Amino acid sequence: MKGNEAIAHAAIRCGCDGYFGYPITPQSEVLETLAAEKPWETTGMVVLQAESEVSSINMVYGGACTGKKVMTSSSSPGVSLMQEGISYMAGAELPALIVNVMRGGPGLGTIQPSQSDYFQACKGGGHGDYHLIVLAPASVQEMADFVDLAFTLAFRYRNPAMILADGAIGQMMEKVVLPPFKPRRTEEEIIKECPWATTGRVGMRQPNIITSLELRSEEMEIINNRIQAKYRKIEETEVRYEEFMLDDAEYAIVAFGSAARIAKKSIEVARAQGIKVGLLRPITLWPFPTKEVCKLAGQVKGILSLEINAGQMVEDIRLAVEGRIPVQHFGRLGGIIPDPDEVVDALKRLF
Amino acid sequence: MTREEIIEKGQVVYKKPTLLNDTPMHYCPGCSHGVVHKLVSEVIEEMGMTDKTIAISPVGCAVFAYKYIDVDWQEAAHGRAPALASATKRLWPDRLVFTYQGDGDLACIGTAETIHALNRAENITIIFINNAIYGMTGGQMAPTTLLGMKTATCPYGREVSLHGYPLKITELAASLDGTCYVTRQSVHTVAAINRAKRAIRKAFEYSMQGKGSNLVEIVSTCNSGWKMSPEKANKWMEENMFDFYHLGDLKDKGAEK
Repeated sequence: MKGNEAIAHAAIRCGCDGYFGYPITPQSEVLETLAAEKPWETTGMVVLQAESEVSSINMVYGGACTGKKVMTSSSSPGVSLMQEGISYMAGAELPALIVNVMRGGPGLGTIQPSQSDYFQACKGGGHGDYHLIVLAPASVQEMADFVDLAFTLAFRYRNPAMILADGAIGQMMEKVVLPPFKPRRTEEEIIKECPWATTGRVGMRQPNIITSLELRSEEMEIINNRIQAKYRKIEETEVRYEEFMLDDAEYAIVAFGSAARIAKKSIEVARAQGIKVGLLRPITLWPFPTKEVCKLAGQVKGILSLEINAGQMVEDIRLAVEGRIPVQHFGRLGGIIPDPDEVVDALKRLF
Repeated sequence: MTREEIIEKGQVVYKKPTLLNDTPMHYCPGCSHGVVHKLVSEVIEEMGMTDKTIAISPVGCAVFAYKYIDVDWQEAAHGRAPALASATKRLWPDRLVFTYQGDGDLACIGTAETIHALNRAENITIIFINNAIYGMTGGQMAPTTLLGMKTATCPYGREVSLHGYPLKITELAASLDGTCYVTRQSVHTVAAINRAKRAIRKAFEYSMQGKGSNLVEIVSTCNSGWKMSPEKANKWMEENMFDFYHLGDLKDKGAEK
């Protein structure tokens, strides 16, 4: 099935309580699949087409306030519209899942695949000092698997999580083993697991208030410091990555998502020509595998950041390498997917 | 003599609802918000919904409504409260879900969220405070500002050629198939307060009965923004606001057989 369809099926299967979305190419199959599957008749999951991405992210905000497992999906221009709501959710420390199936920009751009929202996903996007937990799937299987993983991480840290895919992964058809069915949590379970949630004052407990507002600067600094401490803990604990043919590598490609798929093929081609190159694939883009890239700088002669954008992740790689080895970027823009031969050419040209 | 001895049984003619806590309100003296907060608290209490209510506060003067009424609250982004309420009610259908919004929040930046939530027949109630001005930011022109009315951003008076017309969003709401009960009330006299309370009660009951969306507009004063004494503001509202914003029920689908 398609990557987008895998997201929908995985959402139903992981016990998701609500999906709120708005159609946009190339991710409309998520909402279409959910509408066709009618999970409200089986698991009781709510599926609602909103009037805009602004509304759908605020539905997710409201739903997340109540302790339920809620999500939305969109593509780049739609995710730009969602930034306000995402910032509020980060500020109010709410668990939720946002899926961005990226297309090329800026502006209305193109409907073809791109990875040009790396900055937006990993460096804020909305206003204020905050981070999303960002997962980058490189296969339809990972599209399915990362839904549950994203919810688990989101609830563990009370922080919104994002699956940052691209049009290629969203539209690509591959075999996939869908995760087993997990029942939706009961009202009692939600109240027990999310004592902070706005469920109504069950048992006449004290009122729960979800807000990102605090006008007293000294209090707001304390809140910010607490959120930052949480981010440091996530950076220490939740970094995920894949290594491929790095053992004897003299050069490394760092790439995520569909670019990592291209990188693997490029490595095959390069090795056939005698160039010893391997791949480090960040699975979590935030937290970024900084330590692993730093370690790599002690082993290889150079790193190529392969991205389907004008060079965004390359900045994080350079920060991790701290100038010890050359770090170059190669990418194609406008929705063009680089081909393995041109990646190998870039390796030869740049190092 | 203790308070209890003074207030003998049967002698109590008025008391503050328990849900309205003792936090000092930030509202200006003479503002209508306090009265509406009291009515909302009374209705929730009288309906026995204290442990089943989820309220959504706006951005505007009522942003801190969550500090004063002891129910669960979500503080929305500017204009987005109906989106939060839509999801909340669908995820917790047996809860009483309402938003409390001002005219800038509801009728300007949140017009899309308001109209679509109402027209989806979400089983929620929107309490809409219309004082024809942006109070919190210091008295700027709102979509509901009357023609000729002076504000910080139309200091020479609202003019059609410059600013267009004031928006009667409640009439718009009444025309939507999704709305069940749409009414316009005020709280400037005891009789008006009693009518407004009955309207809020009816809206809350309809939303619990799954009859669709409900909008209760309260035409209100903003004496600070209007730069008038509370007394003069009430009089000005009667003489100017009610001519344009007619009081009464615009729609009551719930009462139809």
